[in-house]
Amino acid sequence: MKSIIAQGLVKTYRNGEVRALDGLDLDVEEGTVLGLLGPNGSGKTTTVRVLATLLTPDEGSATVGGVDVVKHPDQVRNMIGLSGQYAALDETLTGWDNLTMFGRLYHLSASATKARATELLEKFSLTDAARRPIKTYSGGMRRRLDLAASLIIKPKVLFLDEPTTGLDPRGRQEMWQVIDELVKGGVTLLLTTQYLEEADQLADSIAVIDAGKVIARGTSDELKNQVGGERLEITVDASHLPRAVELVKQVAGADPIVDTGLRRISAPVNNGSDSLVQVLRLLDEAKIHPLDIGLKRPSLDDVFISLTGHVAEIEAEVVTGKKKRK
Amino acid sequence: MKQAIGDFLVITKRQLLQMIRIPEVLIFATIQPAMFVLLFRYVFGGAINSGVSGGYVQLLMPGIFVQTVAFTLAATAVGLTADMQKGLIDRFRSLPIARSAVVIGRTVGDTLQNIVTLVVMGLVGFAVGWRPSSGPVKILLAFLFLLAFGYSMSWIGILIGLSVREERVAQSLVFLTVFPLTFLSNAFAPTTGMPKILQYFAEWNPVSTMVAACRELFGTKNIFGATANSWPSQHPVAMSLIYMVLLVVVFAPISVRKYVKVSAK
Repeated sequence: MKSIIAQGLVKTYRNGEVRALDGLDLDVEEGTVLGLLGPNGSGKTTTVRVLATLLTPDEGSATVGGVDVVKHPDQVRNMIGLSGQYAALDETLTGWDNLTMFGRLYHLSASATKARATELLEKFSLTDAARRPIKTYSGGMRRRLDLAASLIIKPKVLFLDEPTTGLDPRGRQEMWQVIDELVKGGVTLLLTTQYLEEADQLADSIAVIDAGKVIARGTSDELKNQVGGERLEITVDASHLPRAVELVKQVAGADPIVDTGLRRISAPVNNGSDSLVQVLRLLDEAKIHPLDIGLKRPSLDDVFISLTGHVAEIEAEVVTGKKKRK
Repeated sequence: MKQAIGDFLVITKRQLLQMIRIPEVLIFATIQPAMFVLLFRYVFGGAINSGVSGGYVQLLMPGIFVQTVAFTLAATAVGLTADMQKGLIDRFRSLPIARSAVVIGRTVGDTLQNIVTLVVMGLVGFAVGWRPSSGPVKILLAFLFLLAFGYSMSWIGILIGLSVREERVAQSLVFLTVFPLTFLSNAFAPTTGMPKILQYFAEWNPVSTMVAACRELFGTKNIFGATANSWPSQHPVAMSLIYMVLLVVVFAPISVRKYVKVSAK
């Protein structure tokens, strides 16, 4: 069964000048995670806002949990959770105040609200901070509380709009863990992100969105194959360069690209970590110590260039102006 | 319906909690009008020949009360704009709650804050010689009148708050609306000194009718108003009530509709 279905969604701004959504089709199987991957201004947030009943599409239709989002928004609101790009909380209030407020607004009884707030604070490691104003929270804590607020009713369908944008690496890791656990609980999740790595980590299936349309759909492996696999990159001392090139060629089976100036060798590899270990061993035997060694994975830019032929950045600039306040 | 009331009570409670969590806001919101009482009392009080027993402060207090409650809409507008910027309004809109709950909750919450402000101002006024002489019932009635006026004005604040994107813009817009209203009135000085055309404006200005109504209810002769024998200056209480009803009837539906569509742009 499909938990989310969107068909031909169109949303324009400024009298049709900007087409934020341009015939977007999407579906998410119940209990799975779809990563909606795209740069700023590609229509990710607009998609989420339409599905979460915040925005009425100009054309097209969408159902969440089998209910039409335009015709029966209230029914939809009773089964979704939404956590946006910004922590949408009352900063002057404490974490506890916020959660209990949202609990009451979801029409839970006072005792059920308290029980749920306690449970969620515990789950997101915020119990100690519960009585402090949100103002004093770190970015990661705010996001976790924001997520907790969207889970108060145990939603069937959860929308997370760029849940880790702006977080430091540690905050991102923490957030990923939390989301991962949620998903194990069986919720259907639509997650938007600018990071291929994030979609890779969390999503069962990825839809790449550009200029308001889904332009590619598949698992992360499928997409990466489309983009091209990983590359092995090694930097060595100039004197060791010729020997190292030979060793890399041996492992990669193809002629590596050599940048003499940077003393860097780069070659496509199929089974990344195995090749890495192999090369390291060979280098070690040859008494060559690499200055830097690693696997370069395809980035969102790589995906974009390969799928659309243009760089994500340019698109982003045109539309940021319209990205209006929340 | 019962649920809708529950929703709006939750939002109102949020406003009151804010008051407790950051008491500084309320303290400063109260100090400012108290300061105005003292400044006007001692700066203008000496210069303006009031001609009423008990002096200028008797005329001043109703004026300052009305000005203060009129400025309720500043808190309403700025608070709402801030909520929109933070995405809080989006979250509220994604919840299964009554459409009017958030805006009604805010207007009521802001009005409740006014109670504290009015009490403090009244005490400061009393300390500097304000002596309402109409008896407890009418005095209480005057305060209720003030709260109701603040409430109806806060609906303008809702509309401003939902219409702008920046807190500072909301603030400026409020000042541009409210300052002319409070000064082109009989609140602080006789309107007779104004150019003719402004006198008419001042006569019909809701702030004037409110001030006149409060002076009447507090038992002070309104000698700052009667420049013309116009209907509002003859019937300030009735006229003020009409204004309040008008404000709510006009601005509440517009604001609620605006709230529903606010991010549809």
